[in-house]
Amino acid sequence: MQFRHKIAGGDFAKAGNVASSVKKVLQQLNIDHVISKRTVIALYEGEVNVVAHAYSGIIEIEIDEEKIKIIITDKGPGIADIDQAMVEGFSTATPQVREMGFGAGMGLSNMKKNSDFMKISSIVEEGTVVELINYLKPDARQESK
Amino acid sequence: MTIKEIIGKVDGTAICCEDKLSSTVEYAFASDLMSDVLTLEKENMLLITGLANLQVIRTAEMSDIFCIIFARNKKIGGEIISLARENNIILIESPHSVFHISGELYKAGIKSIY
Repeated sequence: MQFRHKIAGGDFAKAGNVASSVKKVLQQLNIDHVISKRTVIALYEGEVNVVAHAYSGIIEIEIDEEKIKIIITDKGPGIADIDQAMVEGFSTATPQVREMGFGAGMGLSNMKKNSDFMKISSIVEEGTVVELINYLKPDARQESK
Repeated sequence: MTIKEIIGKVDGTAICCEDKLSSTVEYAFASDLMSDVLTLEKENMLLITGLANLQVIRTAEMSDIFCIIFARNKKIGGEIISLARENNIILIESPHSVFHISGELYKAGIKSIY
């Protein structure tokens, strides 16, 4: 099962629409509640990041019997120092993002906490790609570590 | 404690999903920082906040929070109410501050998460 959504940078009214639709799909598929919640929280944080920092983005979701794989690709300023961006409290968010209740530098670390696998690659002045995987079976999750 | 009892404690008014006021809640978390709310793993909790925008509802939806108390009579727009209704999230307006609401609910036995 595959889904693809476009996101516009700066469109805060729609931030969360993709995570919301994925939550409904996971519920329909009877995915374990904890796995579903971790997935939608990681996805929602990723979606907010695109809206907050990038010009545009694409979210691809692939669900099979083993895993939920999410790839978030954005066109934007990129992340100069990924290790620094992962540190809780570090943020380059604008005041507008903070008014929405985000921009405290917790998003990336919360995405990592809520996924079994996370990989970030970024090119400054071009954009960022975040890949997230959550496994549906406990055995696969153990093997990935 | 039921949501109906909580409304009484905070002098609140339910503005959405009034048919669910007999639901019970065990925990509460007070924050204007939605990223912080998204780190919580507890179920059966309500959120007390001074922030009134669509992302508060989206955060509640992702975190399985089924009740939000808005402090200091924040004006809750129609778009916020309809998104909450779509997700069965009870919205309560209270004239009191986040501190006051938290104190009342803590005194009444609602548990803190940390």
